[in-house]
Amino acid sequence: METSEPLLDVRDLAVHFPIKRGLVLDRTVGHVYAVDGVSLHIGRGETYGLVGESGCGKSTLGRAILRLVDLTTGQVTFDGVDVAQLKGEQLRTMRRRFQMVFQDPMSSLDPRQSVESLLTEGMKAHGLSRGPAADGARLRELVDSVGLPAGALRRYPHEFSGGQRQRIGIARALSVEPDLIVADEPVSALDVSVQAQVLNLLGRLQSELGLTYLVIAHDLAVVRHVSDRVGVMYLGGLVEEAPSQELYDDPQHPYTRALLSAVPVPDPELEDHRERILLTGDLPSPAAPPAGCRFHTRCPWRQPTRCDDERPALRVIAGAPAGHRVACHFAEDIRSGRLQPHRVDVEAVDDVLAPGAVPDLPGSVTEILGR
Amino acid sequence: MTALLEVRDLQVAFTRRREPDTVAVDGVSFDVAPGQVVGLVGESGCGKSVTSLAIMRLLPARGVRVSGSVRMDGTDLLTLSGSEMRARRGRDLSMVFQDPLSSLNPVIPIGLQVTEVLRRHRGMAGDKARQAAAELLERVGIPDPRRRLDSYPHQLSGGMRQRALIAIALACQPRLLIADEPTTALDVTIQAQILGLLSELVRETGAALIMITHDLGVVAGLCEAVNVLYGGRIVERAQRHRLFATPRHPYTHGLLRSIPRLDAPPGEELEAIRGSVVDNLPWAHACAFAPRCPRAIETCTEVTPVAETSGGRLLRCHNPVPANAE
Ligand SMILES: Nc1ncnc2c1ncn2[C@@H]1O[C@H](COP(=O)(O)OP(=O)(O)OP(=O)(O)O)[C@@H](O)[C@H]1O
Ligand SMILES: Nc1ncnc2c1ncn2[C@@H]1O[C@H](COP(=O)(O)OP(=O)(O)OP(=O)(O)O)[C@@H](O)[C@H]1O
Ligand code: SF4
Ligand code: SF4
Ligand SMILES: [Mg+2]
Ligand SMILES: [Mg+2]
Repeated sequence: METSEPLLDVRDLAVHFPIKRGLVLDRTVGHVYAVDGVSLHIGRGETYGLVGESGCGKSTLGRAILRLVDLTTGQVTFDGVDVAQLKGEQLRTMRRRFQMVFQDPMSSLDPRQSVESLLTEGMKAHGLSRGPAADGARLRELVDSVGLPAGALRRYPHEFSGGQRQRIGIARALSVEPDLIVADEPVSALDVSVQAQVLNLLGRLQSELGLTYLVIAHDLAVVRHVSDRVGVMYLGGLVEEAPSQELYDDPQHPYTRALLSAVPVPDPELEDHRERILLTGDLPSPAAPPAGCRFHTRCPWRQPTRCDDERPALRVIAGAPAGHRVACHFAEDIRSGRLQPHRVDVEAVDDVLAPGAVPDLPGSVTEILGR
Repeated sequence: MTALLEVRDLQVAFTRRREPDTVAVDGVSFDVAPGQVVGLVGESGCGKSVTSLAIMRLLPARGVRVSGSVRMDGTDLLTLSGSEMRARRGRDLSMVFQDPLSSLNPVIPIGLQVTEVLRRHRGMAGDKARQAAAELLERVGIPDPRRRLDSYPHQLSGGMRQRALIAIALACQPRLLIADEPTTALDVTIQAQILGLLSELVRETGAALIMITHDLGVVAGLCEAVNVLYGGRIVERAQRHRLFATPRHPYTHGLLRSIPRLDAPPGEELEAIRGSVVDNLPWAHACAFAPRCPRAIETCTEVTPVAETSGGRLLRCHNPVPANAE
């Protein structure tokens, strides 16, 4: 749980990717506002979950925190040190302390390296190697801690199932004794029956090693299950942040409400009687985010004033607990029921960022049905 | 009630020279009544897509052995000639795939892809077809449909593409629609839209729907009868309320306890299922799930469990969870 001084403090972080055009890509014709003004903090030993739909900037935020992409603006303070200012050796030393676990365990592990070499690589690079005997013991301890047999060390990634590969990815992150682990979609590539093993493993390692987690996922049920606090992102910004039970019990942002109501629950009784807030339309492009409240193009509670031209800041509304922040001008009136949802006309959104590339797959429907 | 579709003992094996066959689907039988929504649920590789492709007769001609029968209106689809089957596809039975981008032709505008199907199966042409296509796009909730007729697939968002695909699949008013993970590639708020649209359309047109998914939540809200697949076989089938209230196959039971639920208190340890599908035993002389099953007994590694039906529930298990265990 959280202690007084946060391990990680993120202030006003923004990452804007330039969109380049022209023969030698020398003209910047616009920006993708992937992350646009996010502030959050994570306490030691805490799990902070980030949810949001595809393209809302979750991974970019995680990568910016780890300095894997450059910040456009903002500050990232890790254990009292401003990470954004670090360079060279200082940055390298700091990097040991935060590690990443990726979504796709196969593509993040070099297939030509044995598990042993995958695990010793980081230890060597960070000067944690203490001679063959001590390293051997450490390696066995590592694979054991993620629930793999010692024999796994001599094998190669392709010899493992998806869930086992994700364990290897976790063991690799642990090999350098980090404080913070950023897990980006750690279970979404895994079979349903295997996800629980990895989620339980992450939980157990946290209590044993006192790790701090930033868990990024699009699956709200997963995020809520593992996290102490949850931040909901929409188009580059946080729209709500709350302790995870609180987020479910008292969602305050219209987007969070819609998201919660859209997640299917494996319970027919509940499904039959659930109130659904169906959002119309698509996610706007992060290259042209709507002005004002970014959710206003789809918000069933949108009001004629403020929503279209004034960006709401994250704040605590009267009557809500201190840790529950929401970015909506009308959160009080929505919560009290004074404002009711209304119909939203769909606006077509062009997928301007979609790749022009044409996939080469046989059997389009037209071919199948039109012959 | 007579069934619209009767799948009996469907088996699909992929054959390769000098290697043993891979049996992807193994003795699958189920019925679909007119207008009924039937779920096929199971994890990756359990044979969901192969089952649907076999029904649609879309498996490659070479290297595949299909046996059993798929009856629609008394005709076994598996015995039809290629051209007879083509005439039925789209008109009698149709399909929506997981990945709308690769199932739409990338170099042809959306409108043309819809009108093409209307032309082939309903003899429509020119302005009439274009008008009908625009109406279809409008019906599936694509804004500004007239303009959209001229868009290429990559110009649409994922959700809009899936809507276009549904429009094409429903263009000829088929009596059966097979949707293979139609929302897996989509965000959850878009998924909710598409699922809402699908159930509305089948209710409206009276078409039956086979919903294929790995997501038990999707099944819970949508399907009347649910078939749970494991390793190419149906291991449990029941009406959705019964299945979810009292899952009796250890796999179904375990799966429901292992997934984090939105409405459960956070932080609790999940009851994980051990191992993974790579541990499966061959069905030929065992229960495939035995190495992972907490209820396995000696028989399970020696004798193939057969499917038995009682009280409207099908079970393939030597030692099912007792009916009153929950
Ligand atoms: N290196 C890059 N250059 C340009 N644009 C990028 C880059 N990386 C990400 N983006 C864009 O930034 C936006 C946010 O991407 P990001 O990967 O952070 O989203 P996400 O929330 O992790 O989505 P997903 O759930 O799909 O993983 C997207 O529109 C993406 O296309
Ligand atoms: N063309 C093929 N050749 C050989 N084996 C195949 C072929 N297509 C499918 N298989 C095998 O058949 C089995 C069932 O595959 P299928 O695609 O039906 O699974 P699925 O249940 O749809 O899984 P997913 O959820 O991943 O889509 C798998 O083991 C797969 O490897
Ligand atoms: S600020 Fe306005 S548009 Fe934004 S979420 Fe609140 S009510 Fe909706
Ligand atoms: S047959 Fe045996 S191993 Fe298979 S599910 Fe039933 S109890 Fe478990
Ligand atoms: Mg991501
Ligand atoms: Mg499939």
